[in-house]
Amino acid sequence: MSGPMNVAAAKALTCTETLIDCSLGDWDIVIRQCRAAKVLAKLAARLEDHGLLDLIPEAPRRHLISAHLVARRQNQAVEIEVEQIRKALARTQAPIVLLKGAAYAMAGLPAARGRVFADIDILVPRERLADVEAALMLHGWISTHHDAYDQRYYRQWMHEIPPMQHIKRGTVIDVHHAITPITSRIRADSKKMLAAAAPLPGHDRLFVLAPEDMVLHSATHLFLEGELDSGFRDLADIDTLLTHFAAADDSFWERLMERAVEVGLARPLFYAFRYTEKILGTRIPPRIQAKAAVGSPARPLLSLMDALFLRALRPKHSTVADRFTGIARWMLYVRGHWLRMPLPLLVYHLARKALAVEQSG
Amino acid sequence: MSSFNSFDETLSAQFSDKGVTLELAPFVVRIYTDIPSVLAGLQLYYSEYPVPGSSAFADFHVSLRRPRSAYRWFRPQVSFEFDGTVPFKPLPYEQAYPMFEWGLNWCIANHCHRFLMIHAAVVEREGCAAILAAPPGSGKSTLCAALVSRGWRLLSDELALIDPATLRITPIPRPIGLKNDSIEIIRHFNPSAVIGPVVKDTRKGTVTHMKAPVGSILRSRETACPAWVIFPRYERDAAVRLRPHSKARTVVRLAENSFNYTLLGAIGFDALIGIVDQAECYEFTYSKLDDAISIFADLKAPPLCQAR
Repeated sequence: MSGPMNVAAAKALTCTETLIDCSLGDWDIVIRQCRAAKVLAKLAARLEDHGLLDLIPEAPRRHLISAHLVARRQNQAVEIEVEQIRKALARTQAPIVLLKGAAYAMAGLPAARGRVFADIDILVPRERLADVEAALMLHGWISTHHDAYDQRYYRQWMHEIPPMQHIKRGTVIDVHHAITPITSRIRADSKKMLAAAAPLPGHDRLFVLAPEDMVLHSATHLFLEGELDSGFRDLADIDTLLTHFAAADDSFWERLMERAVEVGLARPLFYAFRYTEKILGTRIPPRIQAKAAVGSPARPLLSLMDALFLRALRPKHSTVADRFTGIARWMLYVRGHWLRMPLPLLVYHLARKALAVEQSG
Repeated sequence: MSSFNSFDETLSAQFSDKGVTLELAPFVVRIYTDIPSVLAGLQLYYSEYPVPGSSAFADFHVSLRRPRSAYRWFRPQVSFEFDGTVPFKPLPYEQAYPMFEWGLNWCIANHCHRFLMIHAAVVEREGCAAILAAPPGSGKSTLCAALVSRGWRLLSDELALIDPATLRITPIPRPIGLKNDSIEIIRHFNPSAVIGPVVKDTRKGTVTHMKAPVGSILRSRETACPAWVIFPRYERDAAVRLRPHSKARTVVRLAENSFNYTLLGAIGFDALIGIVDQAECYEFTYSKLDDAISIFADLKAPPLCQAR
């Protein structure tokens, strides 16, 4: 297997200044990988930060600008949508913790620059979930999963309810009530993380997770869930968050490490450190890496995880796939389910899904 | 840069692997396929387009292949891929060539926000462009095919690409889509037009394409000034009529016909206002193509376009 730095998209994001020497043939690969990985707008933002965007040849620049405009539009739309959600939930008085992309955008974090969105994720206290769902339905959001089994799957076992889509705007919201699924093998202390959330200045009842928890949440989702289609983008998010928070505060690394142990997420943080460093060259202090080893799996398992993650976390593109990429993605998909629920339930769930595919296909 | 003449000698196996690269100014498209109808279509419609070297940058990597589903034994299908992603459901195998053209439209409409894109046919004369904007079924492509058969230069039959900085239109001359009755109308109107095989029962009805005039292909790097915005409508037996249209209404209707007006925000608004401000705006009703041609021949270029 080739080294991670052979991934053109990774090199473009980490050694942005070298892009100036790229041939048009190189650009062909960079644009395609970044587009497949949903980081084209992020690359445009990096080039802009380096003052290089205007020096890029016209043909690739056109795609960078195009992606940048899409991301800019989505960032504006997120602001409007968040306000709609806030208003819809006003009567419930429930605190709303924004997660992932919406949080980065509303908190003005660098991770939001050039980030594209599919939906908005919020976290509410579990005991307020019924109120929140009712209020959303009253304001035009309807559940996208009508199947009784899907509804039960989400409600009994997951950390979120089925996605809801607004009937007029078509926007989708994911309402979470915990950081990790109820039946998960790795369970985060959601209450502690919810309690530490910080109010978003100027927005009544809106919160974002504390910096450490924001990283842990992002890592938890990337490394415990099985769908890694946006894996490279999510890894780049973690890289940007780490770099930003560490630059702003010397004690960040220590606090992050302590917090991971405290809320039970040392394993995903270990993976986050390992693969951001291996794939994106993120600089993590050696003393912190040494401490993070408490979250490491045993040696043989780690080798397997390397083989899987170093493939599945690449952009989903033919130019960085080898003959094991497909199976790696599939194994991580199965692992995602394995981590999420006890074995009997998992067998039942996958059988159900397989039969459903047969019927609809 | 070589030309695309010895196309028939090129092996389809090579096309399937390395692809064929076409320069459809302003874009470069690399196509991977081994489907004979697509290869024949490319040969028929695109033989005069420049072929850049294979190492060059391609804006879009597209492929057309038969999907490997069990369904293929029952009824063969074709699937369009954009660099490994599949944006649409497969279509019946016979529709492979039109699917290539439609898929390419999709690629452009979704990835070229550097331009304000309006769903319109655009033709040019002496540097002045007429934007023919109308919903499908209003005879826009028929009128466009007729105009380019009588000396107008084809900029596009689908997409007005407007540069927000210069307000000029970038040509992307490609085959003109003809459907249903308009196929025979254009055959009759221009017997020398190159019109490809007819494909029946598509979601647009019976379709084919008319090859872009060679002159338009060779001048595909020459931008044009938007001089007229015209909303054409074919009306059976109607007298030909060109009526000035309110500029405010024109802005709204163009915005409705734009692929990315909302996405561009202020950039799109400014570009649209700029265009409508300098152009003459009309509603146009016609039933006979000859009448339409003579009305278009009398169009006077507005001052801003003459100055250029």
